[in-house]
Amino acid sequence: MTNPLLLPVDTYLVDSLPEIWFGVIMFALAMYIVLDGFDFGIGMLYATREDDHDRETLLAAFGPIWDANEVWLIAFGTMLLAAFPDVYSRLLADNYLIALGFVLALLFRGVGPELREQREDESWQRACDWSFVGGSALAPFLFGVLAGSWVFSVGAVSLPAILTGVGLVAVSAVTGAAFLAAKTGPALAGEMRDLGILATVAYLAGVVVLLAVVIVTDAGGTAGTILSIPGIAIVGLSVVAGLGGIVLALRDSYRAWLVSALALPTLLSALVALLLYPAIYPATASGAELTVETAVVSPLALNLTTVLGFPVLVVVLWYFKFLYGVFSGPIEAEGYGA
Amino acid sequence: MQPPTHFLDGALGAAAMLDGTVLFLPAEFASRVQFGWTISVHILFAALSIGLAPFIIYFTWKDIRTGSERYARLRSFWLKVFAVGFVMGTVTGIPMSFQFGTNFPGFSALAGELIGGPLAFEAKMAFFLEAVFLGVLLFGREKVSDRTYFLSSVLTGFGAWLSGFWILVVNAWMQTPQGYEMITRNGMEVAKLTDPIAAFFTPRMTWMYVHMINASVISVALLVAGVAAYIVWKKRDAKAWHTALKIAVLLLIVAAPLQAVHGDAYGRHVEDTQPQKFAAMEAHYETGTADLHLFAIPTSPDAIMNPSEENLFAISLPRVGSFLASGGDFDAVVKGLDEYEQNPPVPLVFWSFRIMVGLGFLFIGLAFWGGYLIYRDRLSDSSLYLRAMIAASPLGYAALLTGWYVTEIGRQPWVVQGELKTGEAVSSTLSSTEATLSLAAFVVIYIGLVVAALYTLRWLIEDELDELGAEPAPDDHWYGPIPGVTSDD
Ligand code: HDD
Ligand code: HEM
Ligand code: HEM
Repeated sequence: MTNPLLLPVDTYLVDSLPEIWFGVIMFALAMYIVLDGFDFGIGMLYATREDDHDRETLLAAFGPIWDANEVWLIAFGTMLLAAFPDVYSRLLADNYLIALGFVLALLFRGVGPELREQREDESWQRACDWSFVGGSALAPFLFGVLAGSWVFSVGAVSLPAILTGVGLVAVSAVTGAAFLAAKTGPALAGEMRDLGILATVAYLAGVVVLLAVVIVTDAGGTAGTILSIPGIAIVGLSVVAGLGGIVLALRDSYRAWLVSALALPTLLSALVALLLYPAIYPATASGAELTVETAVVSPLALNLTTVLGFPVLVVVLWYFKFLYGVFSGPIEAEGYGA
Repeated sequence: MQPPTHFLDGALGAAAMLDGTVLFLPAEFASRVQFGWTISVHILFAALSIGLAPFIIYFTWKDIRTGSERYARLRSFWLKVFAVGFVMGTVTGIPMSFQFGTNFPGFSALAGELIGGPLAFEAKMAFFLEAVFLGVLLFGREKVSDRTYFLSSVLTGFGAWLSGFWILVVNAWMQTPQGYEMITRNGMEVAKLTDPIAAFFTPRMTWMYVHMINASVISVALLVAGVAAYIVWKKRDAKAWHTALKIAVLLLIVAAPLQAVHGDAYGRHVEDTQPQKFAAMEAHYETGTADLHLFAIPTSPDAIMNPSEENLFAISLPRVGSFLASGGDFDAVVKGLDEYEQNPPVPLVFWSFRIMVGLGFLFIGLAFWGGYLIYRDRLSDSSLYLRAMIAASPLGYAALLTGWYVTEIGRQPWVVQGELKTGEAVSSTLSSTEATLSLAAFVVIYIGLVVAALYTLRWLIEDELDELGAEPAPDDHWYGPIPGVTSDD
């Protein structure tokens, strides 16, 4: 047996490596719903813009970054496959149409803007706009349903799953509005502020309804966890971030608002992690409950993915800093300013 | 000995389950068609990125170094094509990785330890790299220095080649799996990684990587040459496009012969490692000495669906099959398809292989013809050559797809050779209705996607012709009657 990196074969590099990987995967999930979330938000807010100049501005904001943001989804999925293959296969097989509907929504969202600029033809551009807006609204909804179905294990066609989908749509609109407010000129920023505030209210209301439903029905046996101290802390922080964001937005401190807005999806993934752990996949028709300990791959495989994967993840974070640095200026219709 | 059963028989026999008025396909069959269809579309765009990368890097470098209008034009044109192809590659790639879970959960659960690592490295090392630096390449020309800009083109191209590497690590492992042992976890048989080096560098890996990368370069060189030939055909003095045509032909002169030489050796490796697939490639039914068919032409319609020694007019090298398989013995016995319980659909594999090899030789011919014209300094003047290259522009892709059909369909009934059958990999909870619905959606949407990509290419070419000031000449079709020898040939 060749083992080039002298990795331990029968023990994990550190005892808690499976838990660390659970954390890393949840981190990738958070990165995804934060970063692609504001892309979705831009796409939805695009529907509210009649004016061509405004539309170009939104597309210019979206153009250079969305693809890199979307890769966090792939990172999330492939790391889940690498560390907990059974969870990957059951999550997707149990939610077949939702999962494939989601990737098709992503497809429409991605190709719409790309194809739009290829042709100066009004009905063509209208079709591309539809693809962009429709995909941007449907994708977070279906991804939220998928996450809800995972956490609450009551199936995709259920109130908790659907409410999670609605919540993700609303929170994406919040981050999208805050991002645009922080990056565009005063005229557009003002309108984004108003829409963002509306979306924040909708999000907080949605969370309240979702939690009420989950607590009353005890979906997936999660009511106890939500009412535990960490659960209450996460929900409380979300409310603080949401209301605080509204105050900051009203004072036109858009950068600070953006920071508080980004806290919302982050807290949402923290909630997902909290509700799952120590299980990682609840019992469903396709099999018994899986926990982090039982679903994890063998030590050598995980050690290898750790040693080869972690350093790269750090480099990736550096790339993102670089990318957002290059495109840090204010956005105009013609592209990013200096 | 059992009569050989056809792998698709069961699936096709059951293909129509009438449910009310709607026709639903069995979940396994629909899943396989869906996977084959979606990867066929994905690979078109992936190969575009891989093959275009060297062109983009070269044009960017020349543009920065010489500041010449010619290279700026080529860079900006092909970068637009690259951008559209990349987006399409991305949006079709994500459904690929999802389908491992949605349609083939048995495969991801059994092989997760082996394939998860490479797929995760692909995402982290290659996709991020490509996506981030393509953003800079497309939108950052004015915002970064020349050096950073050039470096971005190199890193984007490197990202494309690297993602090809990691995905082929996975596929090569599925062809010649090693570096693992089977264990039971949570009551399921799973492959446990025991030797990472062996598992990543399987015997198939280097063969596949070289052949695939070179195939992408050939396909894209043909595409570039075809577009250049068309533009030159419309606008004879488009200097930049003379250059593009020449570069593409020069690349073909190297890559096309290399592919044939490499493919020949590759075939012997397949024969060693996957004898059943090789027997299907050669329609070798009965165990015994084997001939090698160089060319085969059906002599009756029956031969198309059921090729065999009797109904083919073949130019064959008697017993060379045996010679190759055994490494030197003309009388060696080669196992025939009738020895196996289940076989891949022979006609698909047999004819796909012949199409790929036939096209491979055609490309060598086109490359050498072009080389001769370059030598005579008449490359852009020969109408006949321009027209031939326009007609050949999609053929690289045809060879690339048929080659993959040989590899993937020839491996059936296995999804992981010798370890996991495709039927066992398919989701047990998937219903016919769901599988048929998603298949229909993928077929419709992906046809739309390919059509949109082709229209985009056409619009880009039209814009380019406008900018070059080409006169629209409605009756001057490149596919018009082939002239006799005219003065410019
Ligand atoms: C432009 C495309 C192209 C061209 C011109 C050729 N090939 Fe090819 N071939 C491919 C593109 C390809 C590919 C990219 O589609 C495959 C599928 C898997 C792989 O590694 O490369 C392939 C696979 C493949 C295989 C392996 C099948 C398997 O894995 O089971 C063999 C034996 C050959 N090729 C042989 C040839 C020969 C003898 C050629 C002679 C000219 C040739 N190829 C030209
Ligand atoms: C390297 C990455 C690849 C992996 C991991 C992979 C994996 C798979 C899997 C899981 C299946 C389903 C089982 C089956 O029906 O055979 C499959 C089938 C198939 N794949 Fe691949 N594949 C890869 C690349 C490709 C490529 C590049 C093509 C080319 C176009 C391709 C073409 C097909 C086709 C046509 C089938 C259907 C075969 C059949 O139904 O008989 N695959 N592959
Ligand atoms: C079943 C097998 C496959 C899966 C699961 C898969 C998965 C993916 C995914 C998720 C992406 C999107 C990356 C992004 O967002 O940037 C992608 C893109 C890409 N894939 Fe695949 N892929 C498969 C087969 C292949 C094959 C066989 C090749 C070539 C050898 C390939 C080469 C590429 C390249 C170069 C890209 C970058 C996007 C582009 O340039 O078009 N893929 N793939």
